[in-house]
Amino acid sequence: MSSDHRAPAVELIGITKRFPGVVANNDITFRVAPGTVHALVGENGAGKSTLVNTLYGMHQPDEGRIVIAGSEVTFRSPADAIGHGIGMVHQHFKLADNLTVLENVVAGAEPRRGWFLDRRAGAERIRELAARHHFDVDPDARVEALGVGARQRVEILKVLYRGARIVILDEPTAVLVPQEVDELLVGLRELASQGLTVIFISHKLDEVLRVADDVTVLRRGSTVGTVKATELSARDLATMMIGAELSAPDARIEVADAAPVLVVRDLSVAEAGRRSLDAVNLSIRPGEILGVAGVEGNGQSELIEAVMGIRPIASGSITLDRGGAGPGASAELTHLTTRARREMGIGYIPEDRSRQALLLDAPLWENRILGHQTIPPCAAGSRIDRVGARRDTQRIVDEFDVRTPNIDVTAGSLSGGNQQKLIVGREMSGAPRLVIAAHPTRGVDVGAQEAIWQLLRDAQRGGLAVLLVSADLDELVRLSTRLVVLLRGRITAEFDPDDVSLAELGAAMTGARGAA
Amino acid sequence: MNAVTRLLRLSAAPALALAFSMAVTAVVLAVSGHPPLGTLRSMVEYAGRRNTQVLIVNSAMSYYIAAVAVAVCFRMRLLNIGIDGQYRLGALAAATVGGYLALPAPIHLVLIVGAAMLAGAAWALIAAVLKVRRGVSEIISTIMLNYIATGIVAYLLQPGRLAEVVPGSNNIGTPEIPPSVRIPGISIPGATQPILGLGVIAIVVGVAYWYVVNRTTYGFDLRATGSSRDAALASGVNVRRMIITTMLVSGATAGLIGLPLLLGRTYTYSLDFPAGVAFTGIAIALLGRNHPIGIAAAALLFGFLDNANQILALNGIPKEIINITQGTIVISVVVSYEFVRRRATRAEQRMVGRSAPALAASVS
Amino acid sequence: MTHIDVSQANPPSLKRFVPNRTWQLAAVGIVLVSLVRWVSGVDSLTSSGSFAAAIGSAVPIMMAGLGALVSERAGVINISLEGSMILGTFGAGWIGWQHGPWLGLLAAVLFGTIGAIVHATATVTFGVDQIISGVAVNILALGLSQYLATAMFQGTPGGGRTQSPPIPPIGRVSLPGADWMLGALEDTHIVVVSDVAAALRAALVDVPIVTVIAFALVVATSVVLWRTAFGLRHRMCGEDPFAADTLGVNVVRHKYAAVVASGAFAGLGGGYLAIVAANIYREGQTAGRGFIGLGTVVFGNWMPSGMAGGAALFGYIDSQQLRSEAGAHAMLLLLAAFVAAVTLYLAWKRDWKRSTRLGLIAGATALWYAATDVLPPQAAFIAPYVATLVVLAAAGKGFRPPKMTGVPFRKGEQS
Repeated sequence: MSSDHRAPAVELIGITKRFPGVVANNDITFRVAPGTVHALVGENGAGKSTLVNTLYGMHQPDEGRIVIAGSEVTFRSPADAIGHGIGMVHQHFKLADNLTVLENVVAGAEPRRGWFLDRRAGAERIRELAARHHFDVDPDARVEALGVGARQRVEILKVLYRGARIVILDEPTAVLVPQEVDELLVGLRELASQGLTVIFISHKLDEVLRVADDVTVLRRGSTVGTVKATELSARDLATMMIGAELSAPDARIEVADAAPVLVVRDLSVAEAGRRSLDAVNLSIRPGEILGVAGVEGNGQSELIEAVMGIRPIASGSITLDRGGAGPGASAELTHLTTRARREMGIGYIPEDRSRQALLLDAPLWENRILGHQTIPPCAAGSRIDRVGARRDTQRIVDEFDVRTPNIDVTAGSLSGGNQQKLIVGREMSGAPRLVIAAHPTRGVDVGAQEAIWQLLRDAQRGGLAVLLVSADLDELVRLSTRLVVLLRGRITAEFDPDDVSLAELGAAMTGARGAA
Repeated sequence: MNAVTRLLRLSAAPALALAFSMAVTAVVLAVSGHPPLGTLRSMVEYAGRRNTQVLIVNSAMSYYIAAVAVAVCFRMRLLNIGIDGQYRLGALAAATVGGYLALPAPIHLVLIVGAAMLAGAAWALIAAVLKVRRGVSEIISTIMLNYIATGIVAYLLQPGRLAEVVPGSNNIGTPEIPPSVRIPGISIPGATQPILGLGVIAIVVGVAYWYVVNRTTYGFDLRATGSSRDAALASGVNVRRMIITTMLVSGATAGLIGLPLLLGRTYTYSLDFPAGVAFTGIAIALLGRNHPIGIAAAALLFGFLDNANQILALNGIPKEIINITQGTIVISVVVSYEFVRRRATRAEQRMVGRSAPALAASVS
Repeated sequence: MTHIDVSQANPPSLKRFVPNRTWQLAAVGIVLVSLVRWVSGVDSLTSSGSFAAAIGSAVPIMMAGLGALVSERAGVINISLEGSMILGTFGAGWIGWQHGPWLGLLAAVLFGTIGAIVHATATVTFGVDQIISGVAVNILALGLSQYLATAMFQGTPGGGRTQSPPIPPIGRVSLPGADWMLGALEDTHIVVVSDVAAALRAALVDVPIVTVIAFALVVATSVVLWRTAFGLRHRMCGEDPFAADTLGVNVVRHKYAAVVASGAFAGLGGGYLAIVAANIYREGQTAGRGFIGLGTVVFGNWMPSGMAGGAALFGYIDSQQLRSEAGAHAMLLLLAAFVAAVTLYLAWKRDWKRSTRLGLIAGATALWYAATDVLPPQAAFIAPYVATLVVLAAAGKGFRPPKMTGVPFRKGEQS
């Protein structure tokens, strides 16, 4: 526990919060001293956002108490929390682009003269607040013209304008470039030195250690511990975050020394001035499973979508080797449509199956056609081959053990595991050369998970190349033949799954080793 | 979900809507001092006459084609309100090719139909390109294009341009289409008017619609895009290309709307060629849930409402009561869909919630 | 390495109507019109009679546009305004012929809100797609007004199934002395001076009180939306209702208020059509003005001043087409002059590609003017619609609708 003698500004005691099927927060207790910066760290799914949402009044805990400055409180809505001096800066900014900074900051708490908006008073107060906290802001600027760092400052101002003494920030550095991160961290320390209490969520341990006084680590819904930042190294933190020992990798399958199936060279994806992928190079040979580790939001989605042709790229090239000899074997994918890439033999298991891989209201056999609507067995020319599709759906259901009464039920009525098995079976049909699998066993029961892993391994034996992106380190270590780490859009490390340690992997994923 | 449940679910909303509209109509009638039941009875009786039935079928056929044109776009969540303009330009093009050329009948007919489809498709293409390249909402652009089409038709339909004065009247129209390409009607015993022969186009359109949407790759792409844009993208659909193709198909279909009348009765495009079908087409597509048979039922219903109300004037009831019924149907259909859909989603969510270890990933 | 750059790395260019920019454009416009009048000798281009007719044509469009703007600013697209306008014309006819024009106007406003209330309930409470709801309400409004007209007007003196008996005219006002002074100036025919005088004369002499009310409403809306707390919340509902919700704004209430107000405005526009423009209710009198109103909102970049300018422009085009053949023909020269002005501007900005394209259009238009004596009436008829399309197409990314307009809002749901 942090050793501070003043009464805590915020205490969360025994907080438990359940959602259908999962316990997001399990008996969480921690205290935040006033005038400090307190970081809340943990992996995706650890329960951090749920916890702060409780603190901000967005929902009520099932068990436990919240104590603010010594008195117990119940928040029925964010308005209550705001009334107690708590303000939240969300990860996804809630700012109206077309309105000015002033308008965004004061809306809902407008300074008035009768019915009229007192813009001058508002602007004065904003400038005063900004000066006090060494922010730089123009109340009449339109938010749209502001860069991300400036917008975040506006969000913070919104919170300060309403008299917040406790400021919560959810993953504030996720969208910032390095200088903006520096500015923000300085700003946070500034807030603390003025007596405000700052709580922020992050998984970027190097930043956390630069600015926080105390750190609370969450894992799988429970607190692992609260420590003073000075007492800890990043590696220790990473270990606390990620937890259990890595499982032993499965028996290694020999990888043929053939030409790579997929070659990605200097791939960059840019969005709103920020490079979400920065000159990424990778190659995958037949029979190889390349695992991409990394905390969510570091470029994984961009990488996958760029290879599939769903996301435009800023520069770089993508090449696919279709096998066989002679010219035309190696195809440059960079300019091809998604459909053409699929027809060349790429299977795709997207990360969000209900939104990207399935038509939930359509029967299973129609979902079999999805992604393969121009090739046999689902199609013959421009005609859909229903008989072929139905037959093949039945085959998938039988071979891949998809539990369903028949192939006419809607995809939405299957359980997650069975949906995923169907998708995997579908994407493996037609002997693809490359399969891109994003979180292939997310939300899937253990039995189905084992089954899917076995499917991937079997296909691997047949020479399939797999690009595997996953947040499940177990999965990565057990399946991959090679492991790389994606951090801030760059490949920053490569490991052999056979002898990587959790500490190393965690450190690389969270940037704890320092320079990217 | 088996077939019966599905059918029930699909027809719940329209049934609710119809019931509600009938109730509203009854109230309006009663308040205005007219007997609701009596009104319905006289309309049903009137619809029992062969003549009325022929009229109903003729109306329904045009409505059907219009609704299919709208439905194709609806499947993809596009809204083509421009079928008015596409229909009139199509009819004018067909009448022009018909009246000004003299060719052996089969070729001539093919050209006439082709001209209609081409004109309609070209007009729709404008809106499609504006949407894909400039991001202009197809709703506003197609409405504007409707008015522009009105202007173009008015300009062309003048003596000295595409039209001439119809001898013995004040009417102006395109030269008459030669008898070789006129389509004879289907006589119904007991009726003084025939069913328009080319109305079978409606059947062809319906079958083609069903086939294309349900049996072709394009149709699959169409439905996937309307169902889940992300899944469609991931599966390789080129959404921009789909927008253009679909608008073209829709426009071509809309161009056909006027053909039964043109080739079966009027033989000319003149000043009194019927004007707007867009909103009726949309209403019918909504009511029929974009389904080929549903649309047919809805088209017949609207045809009934539009024609059987002729009897009402004789009883001193304003026949415009029908417009209230139609309007109420449309509004209540869309409201009840939304209502039914939300309840179904909530039910399914509860089901998924019960069985989900899955949410761990979405909660962090 | 290949470079496929599709990303928008830079913030979009600002193309909004800042007040002094509007004045600059207006000044340029006045000079151009004036010059064209002087060169072509077609006095009706800028006579006070023409301007008065232009204002008359503009008012209904402007009211529809104001309604659309208010509604979209709160995030609800309301294409049922045509229907509201139709209901407004009916209300004005029904009450107006029996109880006088002022009560008729009130009735128009109330009837206009009927359609709006249905639309609001369907979209805000039930979450129906806003466009579909708008279409549906249009159908319903048309049917309702047709039915009621048949029921109420058949057998009345001067009335029938498709029109009402005549409505007594509404009062008009004039600024004392303006007629005499400005009339004298106008008659001098001096470039710019006489044209401005004619415009002022049309605005200040013999103006129906409704017109004054309409313009006052536009100004009032501007003030409310940008200078009051209510207006700020209203606008935020259209830009980011989820943000507004977290800040304690009652989004649902604002949306309802916006839609009902839009129906009231459109109804007023319909009342104007029936009472001032035509003196009767007549079926089909709105002729799509509700839709053109939507176009003026885009034209004005969702600002009332720009929207009113667009309505004035459309009104002007409309009135020329109705009043004078020579005037309609001279519009070609006017168009050529404007396009030429934009061409010069683009050339000054060194945008060679676009300026050449526009220069060709200007030249072609001028040729068309020189080569013909008369503009086919249909060309003038379609001008406003073509203008709307051109504006929409040219806008591209520069225009700025309220960000979340058209998106249904469900409380508690994150964006």
